[in-house]
Amino acid sequence: MSASNLERVLKSGNFAVTSECGPPRGADSGVIKRKGEFLKGYVDACNITDNQTSVVRLSSLASCFILKGMGFDPVLQMVCRDRNRIAMQSDILGAAALGINNILCLSGDHQKFGDHPTAKNVYDIDSIQLIATVKRMRDEGKFLSGEEIKGRPDMFIGCAENPFADPFEIRAMRLAKKAAAGAQFVQTQCIFNVERFEKWMEMVRDLGLHERMYILAGITPFKSIGMARYMKTSVPGMDVPDELIERLKGVPKEKVAEEGIKIAIETIERVRQIKGVAGVHIMAIEWEEKVPEIVKGAGLYPRP
Amino acid sequence: MITAERKPFEEIKEMVKPYSKLLVVGCGTCVAECAAGGEKEVALLASALRMEARMENRVVEIDEMTLDRQCVYEFIDQLTETVDNYDAILSLGCGAGVQAVSDVFPDMTVLPALNTTFLGETKAPGVWMENCRGCGDCKLHIFGAICPVARCAKGLFNGPCGGSKDKRCEVHPDTPCAWHMIIERLEKKGRLEQLNNIYPPVDWSTGQGKGPRKIEREDQMI
Repeated sequence: MSASNLERVLKSGNFAVTSECGPPRGADSGVIKRKGEFLKGYVDACNITDNQTSVVRLSSLASCFILKGMGFDPVLQMVCRDRNRIAMQSDILGAAALGINNILCLSGDHQKFGDHPTAKNVYDIDSIQLIATVKRMRDEGKFLSGEEIKGRPDMFIGCAENPFADPFEIRAMRLAKKAAAGAQFVQTQCIFNVERFEKWMEMVRDLGLHERMYILAGITPFKSIGMARYMKTSVPGMDVPDELIERLKGVPKEKVAEEGIKIAIETIERVRQIKGVAGVHIMAIEWEEKVPEIVKGAGLYPRP
Repeated sequence: MITAERKPFEEIKEMVKPYSKLLVVGCGTCVAECAAGGEKEVALLASALRMEARMENRVVEIDEMTLDRQCVYEFIDQLTETVDNYDAILSLGCGAGVQAVSDVFPDMTVLPALNTTFLGETKAPGVWMENCRGCGDCKLHIFGAICPVARCAKGLFNGPCGGSKDKRCEVHPDTPCAWHMIIERLEKKGRLEQLNNIYPPVDWSTGQGKGPRKIEREDQMI
């Protein structure tokens, strides 16, 4: 077992709670610290996004280090878009040296959607190859080149999966591939369509994946009707049922955010009933201060 | 074939402005097929440049010539007799053609009139699609003859990513998701399990990782 708190919580059979911090678009460490203060004590581990949506932000590794200093168990997110295998392996060693013991391996959003659409992407390796790379470094003590590593990185390896993207039929198979590559946990894309998520979980269970990896269901609270609409129409691979938007529309304007939190809590309660779901990953986008309310509301406080 | 598109007229106009004797040279192979640099396009561009010069009261001499291939010495040699009559060559060849002409006539200014784009196929009249990156290590037999390097916006080998929706790529919604196509094709052939294998990190050194590539074949050398 690694030194990861998240791994400890999951292995002990507790329903895990993770959340995430989006780093600022500047060098102000205070932003990370403020977000950290909101989450402190309410999560088992905290992801730090890696230039999400291809917008340049304070680096995930540096932010992880700041949160580590505050007593968090950070999850280093690493995308394949911006670094080649040399830089990635170097950052994995760097993270482990700083006492960061969780990594989430991702392909990364295409740069077209970010603030530098004219950039060249890298994709030297893809997310599944990255998972296998970390596993190899940790378990075999070898770089991708086959050269020996002196001082193996101690990592709990995670991946993401979108149960709502197409082609739906192969989504569970793709997760199986990630598990085979070495992923020990998965944090899913935001779940709004619970029925469809249940169907996906059924396929996941059919492949026995819930026994080979920990599945953390992605939860995102709606802050506004505009946000729900935006996620439905403009975020690739997102499935937002109309009835949720109708439900938000059905409450007075000043109550919409509260209703959004309520929906998030209900979603947690529903996914918790699904066999094979080992925890939740709460992505309160630029709304980290609401995470405690959601965690408490779902009866998941205090944390083990 | 190698596809190209003509540069915007304004850009070409500025490029050729310092020269009063210009030879516009087309290529009869790939760029003719994609209607960017063949004889017809040479004629159109040359007359547009003449007209532009006339409107600005500049005296220029603009001649035209189209070689069968602009990237092979034997064809470029056809320029040898006339090249000294000009200040510059405006090439409607691909990037390889422009450089080959320049290599043969190193003292001559050779200007590119095209933007060379990709290796592709003619999909329909007026439509060309990129489907090969020339990576130097063809893997099409594994992926149902659909190249994930050239046709997936992220070049994923263990795709699809999470952004595929309604069989479309999130990056260009008018482009089909290469991975969706790969999966459909392999499924039809009953070979979907082929994708269960984790494709290992690619050896990019057969591609452009080591700078310009070179093929040398003794059996073809004289």
